[in-house]
Amino acid sequence: MQNKVRTIDKVNATLARRYAREKRFRRIGFGAIMMGLLFVSFLFISIVGNGYTAFQQTELKLLINFDAQKLDPSGTRDPKVLAAADYSGLIKQALRDTFPKVSGRGDKRSLYRMVSAAEPFRLRQMVLGNPDLLGTSQELWLLADDDIDMLVKGHIDRKVPESERRLNDKVVGWVEQLEQAGAVRKVFNTIFFTAGDSREPEQAGIGGAVMGSIYTLLVTLMLSFPLGVATAVYLEEFAPKNRGTDLIEVNINNLAAVPSIVFGLLGLAVFINVFGLPRSAPLVGGLVLTLMTLPTIIIASRAALKSVPPSIREAALGVGASKLQTIAHHVLPLAMPGMLTGTIIGMAQALGESAPLLMIGMVAFIVDIPSGVMDPSTVLPVQIFLWADSPERAFVERTSAAIMVLLAFLITMNALAVILRRKFERRW
Amino acid sequence: MNVVVDTAVVGGMDRASRGDRADTIEAEERGFAATVGEIRVDNPRMTCRNVDVYYAEKQAIMDVSLDIGKNQVISMIGPSGCGKSTFLRCLNRMNDTIDICRVTGEIKLDEQDIYHAKLDVVPLRAQVGMVFQKPNPFPKSIYDNVAYGPRIHGLVADKAETDEVVERSLRRAGLWEEAKDRLDEPGTGLSGGQQQRLCIARTIAVSPEVILMDEPCSALDPIATAKVEELIDELREDYTIAIVTHSMQQAARVSQRTAYFHLGRLIEVGETDEIFSNPQHKLTEDYITGRFG
Repeated sequence: MQNKVRTIDKVNATLARRYAREKRFRRIGFGAIMMGLLFVSFLFISIVGNGYTAFQQTELKLLINFDAQKLDPSGTRDPKVLAAADYSGLIKQALRDTFPKVSGRGDKRSLYRMVSAAEPFRLRQMVLGNPDLLGTSQELWLLADDDIDMLVKGHIDRKVPESERRLNDKVVGWVEQLEQAGAVRKVFNTIFFTAGDSREPEQAGIGGAVMGSIYTLLVTLMLSFPLGVATAVYLEEFAPKNRGTDLIEVNINNLAAVPSIVFGLLGLAVFINVFGLPRSAPLVGGLVLTLMTLPTIIIASRAALKSVPPSIREAALGVGASKLQTIAHHVLPLAMPGMLTGTIIGMAQALGESAPLLMIGMVAFIVDIPSGVMDPSTVLPVQIFLWADSPERAFVERTSAAIMVLLAFLITMNALAVILRRKFERRW
Repeated sequence: MNVVVDTAVVGGMDRASRGDRADTIEAEERGFAATVGEIRVDNPRMTCRNVDVYYAEKQAIMDVSLDIGKNQVISMIGPSGCGKSTFLRCLNRMNDTIDICRVTGEIKLDEQDIYHAKLDVVPLRAQVGMVFQKPNPFPKSIYDNVAYGPRIHGLVADKAETDEVVERSLRRAGLWEEAKDRLDEPGTGLSGGQQQRLCIARTIAVSPEVILMDEPCSALDPIATAKVEELIDELREDYTIAIVTHSMQQAARVSQRTAYFHLGRLIEVGETDEIFSNPQHKLTEDYITGRFG
């Protein structure tokens, strides 16, 4: 009898090492995911931590006396006279009445600056809408200036020495006086969602940027989805397989890797300079983003078409369906979830894109909310870029808040893509 | 070796003049002979003469000539890769979907050359239906599966007619009793055997003249197989059927004629009883007795 080594002994000898290797691999994978989660949660915590206060806005309660003598000396109640009256004077008067001890030009100027510069316009609107207010006194909550807002929210530290603080001790004292009187409150910041951009942080909102993004994405979707799907169907189902289609395929894949700024330059050169389309318009933005999104949609759609099992095509051809019928009745419906997923992911990319839009002028400071694809506008990521560049402390939290809104849109879109895929996933 | 039918003679002198006789001789030298047995039938529905099929440079079918008789079941048997499925797919030009596939020779359906340059494959496939190896119902309702063919060919004008065709086809396929209460449910929810019968119902809904079946039972269990075989036997009354099968027992059970393929050649063809009881060619005998395959 030879000294024969049994298989089981050899297996057992290496078993421990094999399992150790597996365990190591699993740990490395787990570690990688943990690192990723760590970074993502750090990002989220820092953005939310910086930004959540932007959803609130400080208001100050003042007793406004709509003095008929000042606003409408002749008593005609003529809208023209009322419109031209000095409403900031009312606010100044109210502030002086609240803090009667304040004297000196510098102190008074600081006092007047506590209320947002937009409020006189609101008072004017109130009076024009209801002239009966004349001669009455109203307790009104007025928008605080961004520095006061920052102080109330604690972003300006009251404990640091006066010389290193943006607001001097006097102003801090006034605010504390108002706080003790219950004349300071924080309310939900609707302006942030409805208003367009502004130089004054307390009046700046993402309304214009969101509308601009929606218009831009609509243009992108309406152009890139049909074009992308048609291209994919043609390339996958009809085009002869030869050098020409190979070249097209290579170029489509190349397009997907071209830096987006190049598409912006192309848009500037072609759409604006050659075709004469307006600058800063969502139409041009949409065209540029279409160029960028097309490769994503084409590649995803082709993959979706490829994944339709050939047995379905054969079944349709076998009962005598023509090629177009086979594709329209059977292949496309089955490939559609994959195509939609690709489209949504492409759209999400387009939503987060800023570089090419800088080139076509969507980086301009635009206060008005666009009402069409030809109106000048900006988009969310560019708005974030603009605010991140602004020196006011109050823009820091607004930048973070705008990022949160953008992230919410992106998460919604990507979740939709996942849900669509789950819902329509077919098993053959 | 008893009867050797020279395919060149059967196919007409034009092929012989193209020098294909040399091909036959070469084949004989390599140990093959031209087809043994009678390739012709008295009452053919389809006639194939000197069919060659190439996948790119590789020749998959070599010089096959065969008649498919009216209201008959012909089974095609042979080891894997022998070209029987490829040949079957030539009969309704399903091979057109493969870019690199090229077919030469002559295949006629009722005197109509189906490889004629001007022939439209859509009506051809309405006449020559096909049932595939793996049941492949559309991911739609049972009703829509059956109604699809008649609808695209405009065979039905309204809902009532469609209902009638669907019921008739499902009855014919022996699926009506099982499916009549769940016509709106997806066809993919049926069991494998039911799915295959649904595919057969879908095929006969367009009333083809010939039904091609490519190993229709290979994915089914024995009970489902028995049902499909029974069905094939019944369908013979109205249709001409060509079936490719891996199972020799199945060929013996359902078919009247049997053709044995080997490495792209049609080795032997004849009455099923004859082939199984008294094969003429050595290769056929080896295959049937289970020496290879």
